[in-house]
Amino acid sequence: MSNNVDTIIETIAAPASAGVAPVRGGPFARFAGLRWGDYLGIAPFFLFAILFLIVPTLFLMVGAFQDSAGNFTLQNIVSLGTPEIFSSFWISIRVSAASAAMGAAFGLILAFAVIRGRLPEAIRSTVLTFSGVASNFAGIPLAFAFIATLGRLGIITLGLRYAAHFDIYRAGFNLFSFWGLTLTYCYFQIPLMVLIIAPAIDGLKQEWGEAAATLGASTPQFWRYVGLPVLWPNLLGTLSLLFANAFGAIATAYALTGSTLNIVPIVLYAQIRGDVLNNPGLGAALALGMVVITALANVIYLVVRTRAERWLK
Amino acid sequence: MADEFLRIENLVKAFGANTVVKGANLAFNRGEFITLLGPSGCGKTTILRMIAGFERPTAGTILVEGSDISPLPPNQRKIGMVFQAYALFPNMNVEDNVGFGLKIAGMPREQRRARVEEMLALIGLPGYGKRFPFEMSGGQQQRVALARALAPKPRMLLLDEPLSALDAKIRVSLRQEIRSIQRDLGITTIFVTHDQEEALSISDRIVVMSAGNVEQVGTPFEVYNRPATKFVATFVGTINTLNAEVVNPASKSVSVDGHTFSVPKLPEGLSGRVSLTLRPEAISLGKPNGQDIVLNGRVSEVSFLGSVIRLRVDLGMNSLSLDTFNDQHTPPPALDQPVEVSMSSSDILILPN
Amino acid sequence: MKRSTKFWAWVVFALGVLYFLLPLIATIQFSLSIRRDRLTFDAYSNVFLQPEFQQTLTYSLLVGVAAIIIGLLIVVPAAYFVRLRAPQLRPIIEFVTLLPLIVPPIILVFGYIRLYSSSSILPLTNSSLGTNILLTLGYVALAMPYMYRAVDTGLRTIDVQTLTEAANILGANTVTIIVRVIFPNIIVAALSGAFLTLAIVVGEFTMASLLNRPAFGVYMQNVGANRAYEPAALAVISFIITWAAMGMIQLLARFAPKTQRT
Repeated sequence: MSNNVDTIIETIAAPASAGVAPVRGGPFARFAGLRWGDYLGIAPFFLFAILFLIVPTLFLMVGAFQDSAGNFTLQNIVSLGTPEIFSSFWISIRVSAASAAMGAAFGLILAFAVIRGRLPEAIRSTVLTFSGVASNFAGIPLAFAFIATLGRLGIITLGLRYAAHFDIYRAGFNLFSFWGLTLTYCYFQIPLMVLIIAPAIDGLKQEWGEAAATLGASTPQFWRYVGLPVLWPNLLGTLSLLFANAFGAIATAYALTGSTLNIVPIVLYAQIRGDVLNNPGLGAALALGMVVITALANVIYLVVRTRAERWLK
Repeated sequence: MADEFLRIENLVKAFGANTVVKGANLAFNRGEFITLLGPSGCGKTTILRMIAGFERPTAGTILVEGSDISPLPPNQRKIGMVFQAYALFPNMNVEDNVGFGLKIAGMPREQRRARVEEMLALIGLPGYGKRFPFEMSGGQQQRVALARALAPKPRMLLLDEPLSALDAKIRVSLRQEIRSIQRDLGITTIFVTHDQEEALSISDRIVVMSAGNVEQVGTPFEVYNRPATKFVATFVGTINTLNAEVVNPASKSVSVDGHTFSVPKLPEGLSGRVSLTLRPEAISLGKPNGQDIVLNGRVSEVSFLGSVIRLRVDLGMNSLSLDTFNDQHTPPPALDQPVEVSMSSSDILILPN
Repeated sequence: MKRSTKFWAWVVFALGVLYFLLPLIATIQFSLSIRRDRLTFDAYSNVFLQPEFQQTLTYSLLVGVAAIIIGLLIVVPAAYFVRLRAPQLRPIIEFVTLLPLIVPPIILVFGYIRLYSSSSILPLTNSSLGTNILLTLGYVALAMPYMYRAVDTGLRTIDVQTLTEAANILGANTVTIIVRVIFPNIIVAALSGAFLTLAIVVGEFTMASLLNRPAFGVYMQNVGANRAYEPAALAVISFIITWAAMGMIQLLARFAPKTQRT
């Protein structure tokens, strides 16, 4: 499932209010100054978060270090290195990286075209609205849509075959493959990129370009010395976010490539369904691996974003 | 003999149906500090941007040192510009910002470094080279912007409301600094502002603009004391307006709220209503001291401003604003106190509307 | 130089339109092509007539509504109290709302299965009702970042502090304030979050499938495995539902109440 970006951006960009609690020391200093009624209001939230977000995840993470008898072991982690598991991680990484790179590249170009390409204003707002919706288009329906487009009986496949006498399947293309999946993932990666990078492009002040011009810089020189360096942190961070986004996605892959492409979520799914690995601990280890990777990518995104924001304050 | 540097001929700029600059003709000499002064929307910034090359004139020519610069793109005009929002490049520190124009021009690193240090000393921020824009105050950033614009030794300097975003105190000190740097370097400078006090205090000449038209070009003294139009008189400084009725065109006598006096400056044969304008400092409180007009009225407002006391005196249909100095031994007049005010007819200005 | 920028911008835009519109058009066309010779809505009628379609869609909608209600009950008081009395807790809360975005749903549901299985303290997976509850709560977790963000923004725009103080002076207690003053004013924001939740729930596959629940997403996948044209029809229906939900959010944005800030 992909992330709705307005929310992400706002969540991350919203500054923490300055706290007014008197510091009384200790880890619970934050809770000083609250009345019991307040607790009643906030409690359900924290209770829910603990019971249905934090504990299940931690429980699973801990399970990665347990063998079937419940004793501590590192065997599961070691088993992640076996060729099958390792290759599924590798495929996941490749699909995520490819769709992140393609999504970022075309998303950036599209965002530039729409914002600075001197197109009518209506186009810009339409594209941004559409991106807001399309970034949520993942899952089963997306797979069906691409099957209808580029599957063996898809509209483009047939169209090219009859109109241009060009059979893409005979030429080697296959929707149900690595590149097919990557292409499909781009359908929500590109809009995500557009949504995140649009404010950053807006933030490139017109005066910077003008100042650079009065100092003798040509347009390519402006982009080389000012434009791209200012955008660069954002680009990197968003690349990381797109990577995490693709890594955790499963529904689209399930409906499209199923088990022909053994990305990690698919393997995990099969394991949860029917313990195909004959080793519950290994499933947990897989989950741990996934979480480590997506968490790392997300942290990179957050860190890079905050640093970039500091520059542009 | 004055050396003409910049000439603007019949400059017109229209955005669709909206004509923002309606035919400007201006000539500036080398080394002059010119201010384009006027309210928002009067066209002053548009003229500046046309000189810089960011807007293309609809009609007219801009000549710098005799040659038409219109075909040149902004990055080939060798003009330095300072913006209201500083526009320092956020990804570069002060050194790199100031040296940017030099780097583009291909100056070798050692030379660049020396020039940057020279500029930082000039603006009073030596040693700030490694700082980043977000670490500096508005005033400091604007000084760096000035250094950056001047580093490549441009032939002209343009400043677009550079002080508007700054605090009042900094505004005053920075404008003096800008002026003294400009004097030292002798660079022709065009400064855009809506603040008339700013314009009066630092310019060699002021171009007062309103709604796309040039109302007057002159030194601060000329523009203030001999305003050419009513707009200039009201925009630059404060002005009093008396509505008078001509009593006898031959003897040029007029009547204001029951007082009759003659105004030699009145145009020949004028009759009916006429507006008389004069500056607050031309009016004094009390009996005349060599002045030929005395009017009676009542004090309607008293503002004690410390060294200056600002009064409003009601004459009947008209009222006058005048300033008088504080006198330690005499308290200011009370409200509703009847007073006499004196003025010289030679100080009265008759202005076309 | 200006001209060529505009040209390339149009080219890029055209390519974008192609890439994003073609699959939608293809899906619609495919869904109408079940009969070889002409375009009909037969695939749609096949689907509508299937009892599983109605059952699973109803199930998903019910679960969605439940998730919305529970979500609001959890989020609104928390957002209110944090904004009003405990701003220092904000960083913690915002971190918590980031968790569902970092932890993929498949991991979350895996954790649920492990933790709440038959041998644990809270054996939710033992019963159908328990599993339904688990699924609903899972959806609450998935939607929580968006729900919290929507409600929080709504609270910010209506200046909660002043409203609360005004109501307090007039004698209202906290519950009354929340129910009768705050909530009516953030209904628009809450609805925003609600529609987003609905959009997420209706198409969701991973959690429902692993918890063996008869949800719409699972049904869609089954149809996809067995039929050729009906999946396209389902995809179109799913798009329409998502677009409608998103459209409602945009519409609601215009009706959001704001207090004037002096």
